[in-house]
Amino acid sequence: MSGQGLSAVGVEAVGMTMRFGGFTALEDVTVRVPAGSFHALLGENGAGKSTLVKCMMGFYRPTSGQMLVEDREATIDSPRDAASFGLGMVYQHFTLVPSLTGAENLVISREKVPAVIDWRRERKDLATFMETMPFRLPLDVPVRELAAGEKQKLEIVKQLYLGRRFLVLDEPTSVLTPGEAEEVLGIVRGMTEAARLTVLMISHKFPEITAFADDFTVLRKGRLTGSGKVADHDRKAMAAMMIGDQPIATLDQRKPVAPDAAPVLEVKGVKAPDRSGLKSIEIADLTIRSGEIVGIAGISGNGQKEFFEILAGQRPPETGAIAVKSKAYGASRRESRALNVRYIPEEPLRNACAPRMTVAENMAFRTFDLDSEGRPARWISAGAIRRFAADLVARFKVKTASLASPIQSLSGGNVQRAVLARELTGRVDLLIVANPCFGLDFSAVAEIRARIMKARNEGAAVLLISEDLDELLELSDRILVMSDGALVYETPIATASVQTIGEHMAGHH
Amino acid sequence: MEPVDIGLWGVPLAILGGAIRVSTPFIFVSLGETITERSGRINLGLEGILVFGAMAAYAIAVMTGSPWLGVLGAAGTGAVFGLFHGWICKFPKVNDIAIGIALMLFGSGLAFFFGKPFIQPSAPDLPAISLGWWSDIPQVQAALSVNVLFLIGAALAFALWWAFRHTRAGLIVRVVGDSSDAARAMGLNPDTVRLLATAVGGAFAAVGGAYLSLYYPGSWNEGISSGQGLMAVALVIFARWNPLGCFAAALLFGGAGALGPALQSVGVTQGYYLFYAAPYILTLAIMVATSSPGRSLAGAPGELSITK
Repeated sequence: MSGQGLSAVGVEAVGMTMRFGGFTALEDVTVRVPAGSFHALLGENGAGKSTLVKCMMGFYRPTSGQMLVEDREATIDSPRDAASFGLGMVYQHFTLVPSLTGAENLVISREKVPAVIDWRRERKDLATFMETMPFRLPLDVPVRELAAGEKQKLEIVKQLYLGRRFLVLDEPTSVLTPGEAEEVLGIVRGMTEAARLTVLMISHKFPEITAFADDFTVLRKGRLTGSGKVADHDRKAMAAMMIGDQPIATLDQRKPVAPDAAPVLEVKGVKAPDRSGLKSIEIADLTIRSGEIVGIAGISGNGQKEFFEILAGQRPPETGAIAVKSKAYGASRRESRALNVRYIPEEPLRNACAPRMTVAENMAFRTFDLDSEGRPARWISAGAIRRFAADLVARFKVKTASLASPIQSLSGGNVQRAVLARELTGRVDLLIVANPCFGLDFSAVAEIRARIMKARNEGAAVLLISEDLDELLELSDRILVMSDGALVYETPIATASVQTIGEHMAGHH
Repeated sequence: MEPVDIGLWGVPLAILGGAIRVSTPFIFVSLGETITERSGRINLGLEGILVFGAMAAYAIAVMTGSPWLGVLGAAGTGAVFGLFHGWICKFPKVNDIAIGIALMLFGSGLAFFFGKPFIQPSAPDLPAISLGWWSDIPQVQAALSVNVLFLIGAALAFALWWAFRHTRAGLIVRVVGDSSDAARAMGLNPDTVRLLATAVGGAFAAVGGAYLSLYYPGSWNEGISSGQGLMAVALVIFARWNPLGCFAAALLFGGAGALGPALQSVGVTQGYYLFYAAPYILTLAIMVATSSPGRSLAGAPGELSITK
């Protein structure tokens, strides 16, 4: 059952076509991944990457097309069939069971599990198996307590433990810090070089593709638009294959922060228990002035989420004071409206939308109960909501079938655009943002960052909590590092170094 | 033997006796519900299954003369009800809570309908083991007369606790209850697992009903259940989906329930009615003490509709 001693397999998908009714998600795509290579699959959201790998893994039955494993025709009608050929997939969203321990997760996912599990023997086997891994993992704590990077490693360990020799990684680094991402991909790369594993990685991120992949394939709108060796192509060429000729939003010029800019957000001595109730979040002193973006870096699970919740009024602080424009701020709807505080939480569909309500209704959440002069309205006008939403949809380029569609039917990028439209309309004095580009594609990311920069240049104070260090370096005027529930390091952008920030994120300082 | 006056000692003794006697249906129903809820589904119909189980056990015991056949028969009917619940809930957009409430009414109604002819005849009781032989005091002997089903229930609690960690079936139930997606990715069919878990849960609940009609109070009538099936659902949450916790909670509930009658018997004449509410007040107090607005319920299965 261990992947030890087994060698990588080569896989080829020939002429894959997938139609859902009248919609062609994938048209005649051929991808060849030789044994022991690291192949990157690029494309924007909706380009057909997921459809392609799902056809390869037997989740979908392609309309036409053929799979070859080790140059032999293979019939793959279910994930189980794929597994029998040694093909496995690591999903973007973890498929580990949160309440089970790592060891339990590994053992139960095996093909043959004895009716009664002899844990002493299993533990010994697992220990022997883990010796062959280039890293250690705690296997005796529930998976829910692991950090994102550890979960990702455990997912990969699980596939190897199950004897898979061809792995599809679906955006494996989207939930990892740069350090973790580099480590995980480095390990995977090492395994491909040792010919233990063949990898097909779906990714949006050019740095990791150029650093780790051998070959690449690009899809756009369900068609193959390019492929070749990574070494022979630069990022610009690959980006052009990905997005075609559509324009990419560029960041506004960064206006200098006025030296006398007024403080907008002041947080002093705030303390609150974290999610588990065991540790606490302590923000000693944080001031954000008008017209600057303050970025907060940190490995997920170090209190950023709780800090956001405190500022959004979802988590009552035990002590401390939060003031916006020198007024005490308790994050009620009335206060946020009076002081022009806006929020863009992470996972906007879950945290900033009512998924089953319509696009128009969701976009009107801030304003539906006001009349045209901003006074509380007695009657709510569906017509006004629709007109308001139609205007925003046009200005923020939200792609939706109709204003009456439930917002959960939109793609991730369009949900984020809709939320952004709602939050950035009208005067914004303080904008609190968390992981705004998580899981979004190239052009959506560029556009969303440009909008945030524009809000800053128009005088908003922006608090940007992000796990993506590149994003922080691109947008922030100052970067703070959060570790273990406290802000442990601060640097202006001019002197920021990834090295030092990374060390503080990891807690070595 | 004449009762001996043992004074205030009667109170703890009555609580102990009550804990053992009253708790058995709670143990069975809550263990059954633990299995069902750990698989990610909630079956509120256990009350109806319990009442039907009580009727079926009594009727079979009357007709065959064997209380154990009655218990087995009850378990079978409970499993059928569980399968019915699990089968309906398989369909998309079916709400398990609504189906449970319907099943609760359906089971009780059906039991009353079929049970009419069995109100009069008397069925043989389930045997009890006397653990009080070492004492001359009849109250002690009465309190320690333990029904075999109680011992089976206790053993089941430990067995389940062990099985959730050490057996394939236990792990599969936990996987399905915590994440349907993960289960599907492993090639498990969550609906099948939940169907079986609901069936087992139903069988357990019906055995709890059999205890009511065949041992304590030991007769079949339409008012046999005083809501044990529903309270057991609350017990499961209270016990954080842990079988050993269910056992302890059932004992606590049984013991607290005996407080009122015990105080009455030692001559407290005022306000003892308040103590009849002791189990509920205790539950409320512990729930309030162990919950927190800032944290979600620890140990709750991720797929459970009430905690999602």
